[in-house]
Formats: sequence, structure tokens, C-alpha cells
Amino acid sequence: MYDTPNTERAVDQKDIKFSARGVQVYYGDTHAIKDVDVALEDKTVTAFIGPSGCGKSTFLRCLNRMNDTIDICRVEGDILLDGEDIYDRKVDPVQLRAKVGMVFQKPNPFPKSIYDNIAYGPRIHGMAKSKADLDEIVERALRRGAIWDEVKDRLQASGTGLSGGQQQRLCIARAVATEPEVLLMDEPCSALDPIATAQVEELIDELRTEYSVVIVTHSMQQAARVSQKTAFFHLGNLVEFGETGKIFTNPEDPRTESYITGRIG
Amino acid sequence: MTDATLSGGHGRSSLTTTDANTKRRNAAEKRFRAYGLTAIVIGLFFLVVLFVSIIRSGLPAFTHTVVEMEFTLTQAQYDEAEDQLFKTKAYSNLFIAQLQAQLEERGMEVEFDEAAIERLLGKVGGNLREYYSANQNRLGEPVQFSLSASSRVDGYFNGRVTREALQDSRFLMASDLDLVDALRNAGIIRSEFNWNFITGADSGVDNPGGAGIGASVIGSFFMMLVVLVLSLPIGVAASIYLEEFAPQNRFTDLIEVNISNLAAVPSIVFGILGLAVFIQFMHLPQSAPLVGGLVLTLMTLPTIIISTRASLKSVPPSIRDAALGVGASKMQAVFHHVLPLAMPGILTGTIIGLAQALGETAPLLLIGMVGFVARGYPDGFVAGFTEPNSAMPAQIYTWAARADASFYEKAWGGIIILLVFLLTMNIIAIILRRRFERRW
Repeated sequence: MYDTPNTERAVDQKDIKFSARGVQVYYGDTHAIKDVDVALEDKTVTAFIGPSGCGKSTFLRCLNRMNDTIDICRVEGDILLDGEDIYDRKVDPVQLRAKVGMVFQKPNPFPKSIYDNIAYGPRIHGMAKSKADLDEIVERALRRGAIWDEVKDRLQASGTGLSGGQQQRLCIARAVATEPEVLLMDEPCSALDPIATAQVEELIDELRTEYSVVIVTHSMQQAARVSQKTAFFHLGNLVEFGETGKIFTNPEDPRTESYITGRIG
Repeated sequence: MTDATLSGGHGRSSLTTTDANTKRRNAAEKRFRAYGLTAIVIGLFFLVVLFVSIIRSGLPAFTHTVVEMEFTLTQAQYDEAEDQLFKTKAYSNLFIAQLQAQLEERGMEVEFDEAAIERLLGKVGGNLREYYSANQNRLGEPVQFSLSASSRVDGYFNGRVTREALQDSRFLMASDLDLVDALRNAGIIRSEFNWNFITGADSGVDNPGGAGIGASVIGSFFMMLVVLVLSLPIGVAASIYLEEFAPQNRFTDLIEVNISNLAAVPSIVFGILGLAVFIQFMHLPQSAPLVGGLVLTLMTLPTIIISTRASLKSVPPSIRDAALGVGASKMQAVFHHVLPLAMPGILTGTIIGLAQALGETAPLLLIGMVGFVARGYPDGFVAGFTEPNSAMPAQIYTWAARADASFYEKAWGGIIILLVFLLTMNIIAIILRRRFERRW
């Protein structure tokens, strides 16, 4: 499964997009994320791997403050996006989420037409001045979501009538329609069959040229296939972070090694 | 391994023979199905009994008997009657003479006097005099009169009143029924649809025939308008706030518990609250649909809040995540995505709340919407929310409490009309739910 030679992925020194310092997350009394320090690079796919309940999704949701919707959740420490603290009191989470798009585990298109699904974000952010503008934005987003050819003739059909894989690509297209700088993906392929998964993975690789992508995945093969950097979480700790090739071939921490070889998790 | 263990062991039994355990389970399932079916059959039986008895008792309220006859009064007769001391008596004598003549023309001989006519048709002489003094130009030409018969004649037509029952009644005597029969054979008296029951106002205690539910339908309509206009926005706003925005703390928990409690408070409590606050303290007019509507709003709010919250809760959280994920604010997520999806549930809850309010009687008793006889209908009523009026259930209650058996009939008839309204509202609820329902 490691047929993509990792060495081919030229990893230059890139700008840091996100940097987290001493992040702690509590759900009520539960300490879910323990002192995580990490720096995520721009125009790079970073994979978060780890056993269930290790905190990787929680940490992902901290990056666009989706955890704000959970009353009992408390975040400490600094998370900087381009050097600005996203948990600063002056930061409006709505503005942040326009910059940091998200794709969820289960495809969740709005029960509206395909067109309206894509157009919703640009509309509320006032990105289109005219109907023609909006049409163009929708087409561009659907093309980037690699679903344009399949739906171009039925843009007014319901988004929920698509197959699971198409729905997920629609959701990715919806997320990129607002021109975010970072795309967070929370196990985007867990509800998809292998063919749809391959399509989405291909898409992620293309998105890398314009966005910084963070993907949470349960599949180590997937992490190896799509990412340049990998972070391994275990019991709320960030155990190891580094080049994907190194993590999978020569991990430093014994816990990483035993997870990758299938002994824990 | 011995033979015994082989034959007696598990996993060797044939699939074609059911074992004891399976048999027991199947029997239990069959029994349960029988219980369920029985319960449904019993429920349906009571429903049928209810409908049949309502319709059988209520239908007579929709018909009434009228005497239709041609009557001619010459100028000479008019002048002569107006000269007499007992003017109306002169008119009724003329009426009796013409009625007698018409019966004889058709070959029927019946003896009757003025008293019998009064028992049958009320004060005919007075009615005739009133008519001719207003329409003197009709003197000397034949005029078609349509006179309502007394409610006991209605009863005789639909079988409620029998000859035996009339033996010792002073309102209608057995001998009068001979006259009724003769009039029926002559085609002068007949039964027809009573529009007045649907459009008219309540009558006095002594005139069951003239009682109608129309005025109270208007009263109920005004009340429902008040309830809808107040409780839908307040209820939906409260539930959206509680469900989507309010922090989860002890205070909101307390509010939640109290809303549930409020839904269980007996409606008469709201009635006395309305009496104390709206009428005695705020000095709003008594018996007014506005006050009734306010009281029913208090009663309907918890129902609407509970059903709205339930339908907001049933919208999958993934939709909220999706909206927030593309940078919608919380309010945009709620109003653009969650609320439209919850709409069918909200509408259904509202209509069911309204239907409940429409049928509510107890609070109306306390704010004086009963025992009220309309004067100057329809002008005074349609005027509005602050004019004294009744409401359908209160009107039914008033009729049921009156002594005359024909009022009892009217009460059943009123129930039919009330049920028609309730059924219509429920059908609207179903249609709205179907139309707005979206699947994902």
C-alpha cells in the first residue's frame, strides 16, 4: 500500500500556517488534549492519526473553534493562524470559519439544491456581486470538488439525492467555495466506498496546491497516501509529529511504532 | 462419546421441528398481537359509538319546521282590525280563518282554536300586524308567509316528541298534533334546513328554535386570531432561544421544568388568572374575545414551546455543523437551515395547540363568556375583539345547561360544528406537514 514513494514528495521549507503552543482542552472534568505543541505548514497535507478517542478530532475542531458550540468544552493555550491568536477575545469565530473551512465525517449537504449548497457560503459572505458572479463561483467550486461533470446538468436537483461519495465531494466543494486558506477534514472518507475514497484522496492531493489541508483519518494507509506530515495522537498527547515517510518507516517513539504495526489502538 | 450424549446434545436438532423455547416465544408474540388488535378494535368501537350518537342527537338541530302559506289581507280587513281593542287577536282570527279555508279546500276537516295556533306558531297575530304596518303596499294581494313552528313541532317531526309524551304538556297538546298532521298532508308545514342555526346568534331561554351558533363561531374565530398572533411568535422565539442560544445552567433548567409544568396546569386556573389580571386589574371588557384569546394564549404557549423545541431538537446536528463550517453565524445557521427543517413540526404543534384552545371551555366560564344572549346581532359582534361575545364550546355548555330538550339538541348540533372545525384544522396540519416535510 505504500506504493507512492514518499521520497518523491519534495518537502521544502514552507511558511507556518497554524501553530499551537501548550494547548489544553477540557470537556468538563475530562482532560481531552494535553499540552499539544505543533506547527502546521502552508500548502501541505497534514494527517492526524491515532486510536479512537485519542483527541485528534477534538484538536482539529479547535482549529476553527467548532468546539465553541459545546458548552462544557474549555480550551487553553495559544493557537495562532498566520501569527494571530484565534482564541483572542477580538476574534469572531464566524470570520475565522470563513478562513478555515471544514469537511465532516458524515456527508452533510443541506437539504437544498446542489447549486444552493455551494452558493450558500459565498452568499452569506457577500462574495458575489451578481448572479453571473455566483454562477461562476459555483462552477469553480464544483470543478475543484471534482464533481462538476457529474452534476452540471442537474444543479437544481437536491444535494441529498446524490450518492455518498458525490455528497462528500459536494461538501468539499461547498467548503472551498468560500475561498478558505485552510481546509480541515474530519475522517472525510470513513463513510465512503474504496472508489469514492480514491476520488476524494485524489482531490485532496490537488487541493494541496492552494490550501493547507489537515485531515483526521483512521486509515494509516490513507495518511501515508495523501499526507506530507503526520501527527500521531495517543490518549490526548501529541506523541510524534514529522515527515509522513519518517513516521511510517522509522518512528522515534515506541508508541508510534506499536500503533503503526497494529499493536495498540 | 456415548450415543446418549450425541442424540441429546445441542446443535443436532432438526430445523423442521420447532423446539419448546421457540414455540413459547411464538405464542407470546401471537398473544401480544391479539392484545394489540383487541385494543384497536375497542378504540374504534368507542369512536364509532361516539360519532353515531353525536350525529344522531345533533342532526335534528340542523332542521326546523316551517309553515308556508299564502295569506291575503284586504284594506278593509286591515282598517277593521286596527280599530279593535285587541288588534293582534283580530289578525290571528283572520289567519285562522284563511288557514281553515285552505285546509278545507284540500278536503281536510280539523278543529282548532287560537290557543292551538299560538302553541304551534307562537304569536302569529303580532307578527302579521308588524308585517302589514311596515308593508302597507302589500295589502290586498296574496303574500307568501313562512312561519317557524315551535321547537316541539320540530321534535314531533324528528321523533323526539310523541303523542304519549304530550299527555300532560301545556306547551303542545296531543290534539294539536292532529292539526300538524293535517297541515303536513296539505303540504303547508314541512321540515327544511335551518340556516339560522349556523349563522344566527343565541336566542332567549324561551325560544330554542331561534338559537344559532353563528355568533359564537365569530367569537371563537376572533379568539383564535388573538391566540395565533400572540402565541406563535412568542412561542417560537422562546423555543429557539432556549434550544439554540441559551446556556445550559440551573436557571434555564428551571425555566424548562416550569414550562412543562405549565402545560399540565388545569385550564380553569388560567381562567381565574385571566379574570384577576385581565379583567379586574387591567380592566379589559368582560366577555370579550380579546380576553378569551389572551387567556387561551397563556394556555397554548407551553404546548407550542414544547412541540417547537422537540422539532428543533429533531433537526440533525450535522446541519448546524455544516452551516457553521462554511462560516454562517449561529443565527444564520438557525434561521436559514434549522428553522425551515423544523417548520412542519412547529406548524403541526401550533395547529394542535390552537385546536385545543378552540375546544377549551373552563377558562371561558370564568371570564364571563357564557350565559350571554346576543342583542343587535350581527352588527354589534363583527365590530371586534372587545365586544361581548360567546365562543363555541361556551355556547354549547350554555345550551346543555338549559332545561328545554330542544336546547339539548342544539348542544349536540353545536358539537358537530365544533368537530367539523377541529377536523378541518387537523387536516390542515397534516397537509402542511406533508408539504413542508423534507427528507435527507
